Amino acid sequence: MLRVDGLHTFYGHIEALRGVDLTVEEGEIVTLIGANGAGKSTLLMTLCGSPRAARGTISFDGRDITAMPTHEIVRLGIAQAPEGRRIFPFMTVLENLQMGAITTDPRHFDTDLERVFELYPRLRERRHQTGGTLSGGEQQMLAIGRALMSRPRLLLLDEPSLGLAPNLVKQIFTVVREINEGQGVTVFLVEQNAYHALRLAHRGYVMANGRIILSGTGQELLANPEIRAAYLEGGH
Amino acid sequence: MGYFLQQLVNGVTLGMIYGLIAIGYTMVYGIIGMINFAHGEIFMIGAFVSLIGFMLLGLAGVTWVPAMLLIVLVATMALTAVYGWALERVAYRPLRNSPRLAALITAIGMSIFLQNYVQLLQGARVKPLQPVVSGGFAFLADGDFTVNLSYLQLIIIVVTFALMVGFTYLITRTAFGRAQRACQQDLGMAALVGVNVNHTIAFTFVIGASLASVAGLMFLLNYGVIDFYIGFLAGIKAFTAAVLGGIGSLPGAMLGGLLIGLIEAFWSAYFTVEYKDVAAFSILVLVLIFRPTGLLGKPDVEKV
Repeated sequence: MLRVDGLHTFYGHIEALRGVDLTVEEGEIVTLIGANGAGKSTLLMTLCGSPRAARGTISFDGRDITAMPTHEIVRLGIAQAPEGRRIFPFMTVLENLQMGAITTDPRHFDTDLERVFELYPRLRERRHQTGGTLSGGEQQMLAIGRALMSRPRLLLLDEPSLGLAPNLVKQIFTVVREINEGQGVTVFLVEQNAYHALRLAHRGYVMANGRIILSGTGQELLANPEIRAAYLEGGH
Repeated sequence: MGYFLQQLVNGVTLGMIYGLIAIGYTMVYGIIGMINFAHGEIFMIGAFVSLIGFMLLGLAGVTWVPAMLLIVLVATMALTAVYGWALERVAYRPLRNSPRLAALITAIGMSIFLQNYVQLLQGARVKPLQPVVSGGFAFLADGDFTVNLSYLQLIIIVVTFALMVGFTYLITRTAFGRAQRACQQDLGMAALVGVNVNHTIAFTFVIGASLASVAGLMFLLNYGVIDFYIGFLAGIKAFTAAVLGGIGSLPGAMLGGLLIGLIEAFWSAYFTVEYKDVAAFSILVLVLIFRPTGLLGKPDVEKV
């Protein structure tokens, strides 16, 4: 479904991605783990065309999207809940969700909204509150909900567990599984919380210094001693 | 008392004109973070397009005043909007990701360019217009002083009010308005949910220009004379209004415009006319020192 070949991206003079290859197949949950600054978020943003890849190709359903404008990539069915959540702070929860739905047929809006509210009843309670006043966990729910409103086929999640209390982290991961299994959405998940992410994912990639250094099924990577030492040390 | 009321009427009329221009400054600042110093020239072009419109209608033999006003209003908004669109497309879009200073210098350059463009095409002399709307209500005779509300002032107040209501509806209730606000709050995220950011920015310029052009039309009707240089002072005043209200805030721009108009009117009435600009700009200085976010402005949200 998603195929990345030899991807290089620069931030100014810094080469953040140094030749990344990976694939995500339809129906999978694939996770990308790695330390801070490895280039994970850059990769997700490059998939959406912002920043642009300097070299290499990104294709979605066999179609080259490397040079496509960001707003058109979204229309193909790729949605992102980005790093830092990036909720529109002065818009209400409902307006944020409406923004998520701008690429879809308005006739779907009510059913899609209902589905998001079922996943996150908390958002229903807060629907008239502005985004900036929500707690971190609620903002994360809203970021995922907003992405789901576009009826994506591929959902890109950037560290959804960052800064959340352990019970909320668990809840976020449960919902990711539900989205994948219940709604058939393919998920590409970037995480620092390697243990949870690898347990959830069908497959995983490990990134360091802008390159993929390891890949395998979630189980394989969890069992890999190098991974244990580098990313799982100190338990979970 | 009569005198005071009269100044109030004058100040509100003037303030409405400033408010219409200030909206353009504040919207553009809100969405791309630059001060469009050529916006005053857009206002001036609106005044010239209106003047030409009245002349053409005169030649065509249209003399019924409401029809004239309506035709000129619509035509001016449409034509001036094209200028606003072209300004963004030609001068600002190529510099979208450049340092802010580059965009600022370009804006000043476009301002000078547009002044000279109009001067070349229309000549440097002051252009007069016969009064189109005359007469008015006289009320509250206070001794030997009567308060006058001219039909023109009434038209200015009503039309501006209607435009502001319509505009507020557009921004707060429609899908376009939501996209516009989303772009203001986080341009990159707006693109990530599928907003065509270029279209939204272009449309912001179009709206700002058409509102400023209405201000140009009203200025022309109110003062009866225009020249290629009127955009400078009116532009700076409206910019002051936008800063006073809180740059980036739409209600702020309207409020700021009204306050600047009132300050000017009352200063001219009770102190010295010569210093009315000094009064308005002193406000700018004071606001920048003591309340840089303006009356209704929000401090920048930290984007994590």
